[in-house]
Amino acid sequence: MNLWLLAPELSLFFTAVVVLLLGLASSRRGIVIGVSLLGVLVSFVFAAFLWSGTPQATFNGMLSVDQFAVFFKFIVLAALVLVILASADYDYKVEQVRAEYFTLILISAVGLMLLSSARELITIYVSLEMSSISLYVLAGFLRDRRSSEAGLKYLLLGSVASATLLYGMSFVYGLTGKTELGQIASAIQSLSLSGLLDNPALLLGLVLVAGGFGFKISSFPFQMWVPDVYEGAPTPITGYLSVASKAAGFAAVMRIFYDAFGAPSWLGQNWGLLFAGLSIATMTVGNIVATAQANIKRMMAYSSIAQAGYIMVGLAAVSMGQSVAPAARSALAFFLASYTLTNMGAFVAIIAFSNKTNSDLIVDYSGMGRRAPLLALGLTLCLVSLLGLPPTAGLIAKVYIFNAAVQQGLLWLVIVAVLNTVVSAYYYLRVVKLMWLGNPVSEEPVPSSAALRTALFLACAGILLLGIVPDLLVRLSETAGHSLL
Amino acid sequence: MNIPYLTLILFLPVAGAIVVALLPKPEQKTIRSVALVFTLLSFFLSIGVFLGFDRSSAAGTMQFEEKLSWLPAIGSAYHLGVDGISLVMMILTTLIGVLTILVSWKVTSRPREYFIWLLVLETSILGVFTSVDLIMFFIFWEVELVPMYFLISIWGTGRKEYSALKYVIYTITGSALMLAGILTLYFSVGTMDMAVIAQTDLSKATTIIPLAGIFVLLLIGFAIKLPVFPLHTWLPDAHTDAPTAVSVVLAGVLLKMGGYGMIRFNVGFFPSVAEDAAPILMALAVVNVLYGAAITLRQTDLKRLIAYSSVSHMGLVLLGVFALTPVSLTGATLQMFNHGVVTGLLFAMVGLVYDKTHNRNLGKLGGLARQMPIVVVVFSIAGLASLGLPGTSGFAAEFLVFVGSFTSTTVTSARVLTLLSAFGIVLTAGYILWMLQRVFYGPPKEEYNRVPDADRVEMLCIFSFVAVIGLIGIYPAILTNVIQVGTRSLTVLVGAP
Repeated sequence: MNLWLLAPELSLFFTAVVVLLLGLASSRRGIVIGVSLLGVLVSFVFAAFLWSGTPQATFNGMLSVDQFAVFFKFIVLAALVLVILASADYDYKVEQVRAEYFTLILISAVGLMLLSSARELITIYVSLEMSSISLYVLAGFLRDRRSSEAGLKYLLLGSVASATLLYGMSFVYGLTGKTELGQIASAIQSLSLSGLLDNPALLLGLVLVAGGFGFKISSFPFQMWVPDVYEGAPTPITGYLSVASKAAGFAAVMRIFYDAFGAPSWLGQNWGLLFAGLSIATMTVGNIVATAQANIKRMMAYSSIAQAGYIMVGLAAVSMGQSVAPAARSALAFFLASYTLTNMGAFVAIIAFSNKTNSDLIVDYSGMGRRAPLLALGLTLCLVSLLGLPPTAGLIAKVYIFNAAVQQGLLWLVIVAVLNTVVSAYYYLRVVKLMWLGNPVSEEPVPSSAALRTALFLACAGILLLGIVPDLLVRLSETAGHSLL
Repeated sequence: MNIPYLTLILFLPVAGAIVVALLPKPEQKTIRSVALVFTLLSFFLSIGVFLGFDRSSAAGTMQFEEKLSWLPAIGSAYHLGVDGISLVMMILTTLIGVLTILVSWKVTSRPREYFIWLLVLETSILGVFTSVDLIMFFIFWEVELVPMYFLISIWGTGRKEYSALKYVIYTITGSALMLAGILTLYFSVGTMDMAVIAQTDLSKATTIIPLAGIFVLLLIGFAIKLPVFPLHTWLPDAHTDAPTAVSVVLAGVLLKMGGYGMIRFNVGFFPSVAEDAAPILMALAVVNVLYGAAITLRQTDLKRLIAYSSVSHMGLVLLGVFALTPVSLTGATLQMFNHGVVTGLLFAMVGLVYDKTHNRNLGKLGGLARQMPIVVVVFSIAGLASLGLPGTSGFAAEFLVFVGSFTSTTVTSARVLTLLSAFGIVLTAGYILWMLQRVFYGPPKEEYNRVPDADRVEMLCIFSFVAVIGLIGIYPAILTNVIQVGTRSLTVLVGAP
């Protein structure tokens, strides 16, 4: 047992406690945010040290510290920096409880980081709950009608999803007698089945676990909560939910399904097809419903559902064969990193604009190009990246993940996915069009705070950098993809 | 030391855009001069490449190659190069690039953004023609959408936002399928290098889906761009509602991306499939030529008329490409160049007429010959080149296409199809002459009495077009010598006599 392997999580948790205690003495914005950012930096440094280490399992195989896990820790930390900066301007709404707000964000991040490492069912469940419970509170943090509704909805549906997940896990445990993923895999192999229908318990376990995580990664048919929660929750939290919690969720799904159900190959192909089907449904529903939205947060909610659909293309590719799975895993990791920057960037711009205009309606973005040119430029870049046009990270991510899928013979899935991106052009470009071509509601310029501008700048610089020289991150994601324990 | 000519040509326009973006005091005059300087530099360099191009080289090799590692994870590299076909397209692009700046000389609405987008657009098109790597090709193909969207929807006229979105949706549909095609191709051959793929016999490779499937995935994107009937409906809207300079770029070079893609991908990579598909595609070409010309006859809007004439003329490109003979392929490439210059000029002339008279309706125009002597002469030259008068570039190109496809032995019905599409020339003569008559001749109209003629910058611009038309018309070999270097390798693959 080597505590150093947990240093990123422990240091972040320690920061959370410090911030909470600080809140008793002073809840000055600068201090709270400064300490939080410092904690993130420390955690990042620890994670960077782990990156150069050799992949190993620790705590009796409960956690695995491989580059794949560390890569997702980086993603969570990057999202954390952006969400903290994005909250700097927003937290006047939560002034009384500012320290608690940031504490909860930090704790949920600890949960997500653990989740990306967990390779044992109980640990997976506990880390998932650790992040979820903080996020339930955060979603309802504003305590107005919308936000309370969002919090309650998230809590109730999230609990159902947790129960489903646990139920599924209990089947898997009952069948194999193990909770560690690697041992589950060997137990399943020793059952020597010839098809899933031979063993209804395994089928049930597999489907229920997929369902439980489907909620987390907002896959069809568990996407119902997304628009309501995204609309009602404080906007920085919405952004955070849409990226960090999704990224860690995908990391966990990847690990469970690949490690525990990856072999024999027919089993992998079975759940691969399951995810391929879900992927088509998810992206199609997300894209089509997004075209009809009038509220930008709801539009982004459906857009993030659609994006989850594209990511699931990668998930399906991972399942199809052991030999090429690393490439698909790398693509998945790269896509999530690019998506984190892009979506978070978009939300930062939305926060900056909507905060001042007090409206989330898309029509009110009309003429934003004249009222806040830099914000509009940033939001345009993010939307273009979500759509997947060059020279942005979004394009490379899509090419990379579709590439992996074609390699696995999933051309039909890729064709559905690329046609879906055509649909998405409509709603992303509609916002772009309004921002630059619409008549402004008023001529009054919309100022934004330095923190928000920094966050937006970081996100946009990342998007462009990864779009033009993707190899910087591709190398890291390749290492991550190959390192999975 | 090796000077990276192609990189310079490719990125000079974007460098110009960056300079324009950073200008401390953006006055329209400085902006346009900066834009002009950078496009001129790019143009001169491309002429340099043209002069330095080895015309005797072994067939199928890329010249002026540059290769840097870019994204090894999916086998993609920053890889530029030109062969005979792409070189001609590159020259066309840099030439039109300079001329569009001149056409835009008087744009005063949001000039900084306008010129930035125009310059970015030029780089993206150049990228399409000079990329040797499939992913680079795809990326540049997609980049072009963003500037086009803004240029049409901000500076356009009429239903500009509708047209811009229609253009984007059409193109993105095609390119989405193209991406699927490119990835399939990559896993069938294991390389993203076009030059290598062109030399691989794909019919022996194990592919994920049948070769014809990849062929179709790639073809749709190019067919939308060219455009091939029935995928042409975006074109009249986009051309008509775009600002003049953008119509010039659209007709001048953007459509050629489709023809270029067909030659490079569909014919170059899948000669055997192309042979099978040729009768259908040549039949579509005939529809393009005749249907496009017939519809042009019915137009009353001057700009829409020229737009529809593009559908007809690009049909000849399609005909030449899929007749699959050395002559017809050379003719098709020359026709692309010719159409780029001629239709570019026609759109520039329409822009001039519209600027001066504020009218594009054929019913309301008339008798302008007296007020605008220079405009009428140049417009007539362009019109005559468009209908293929000997001595103009139009004749050389169309003649080569017809001769080439008439003698095609790979396609059984080639003769009938060629004769049918040659009839298009008659229709072309009809709409061009009728249009000239309605706009310029007839009794002069009262309201146009004080309409000025072309000024000095405009003359410089339109006379440059005319000079190119004349040069190619009199001495087409200046280009065909180069084009043949590129088409030679293709026709070896097709196995045509």
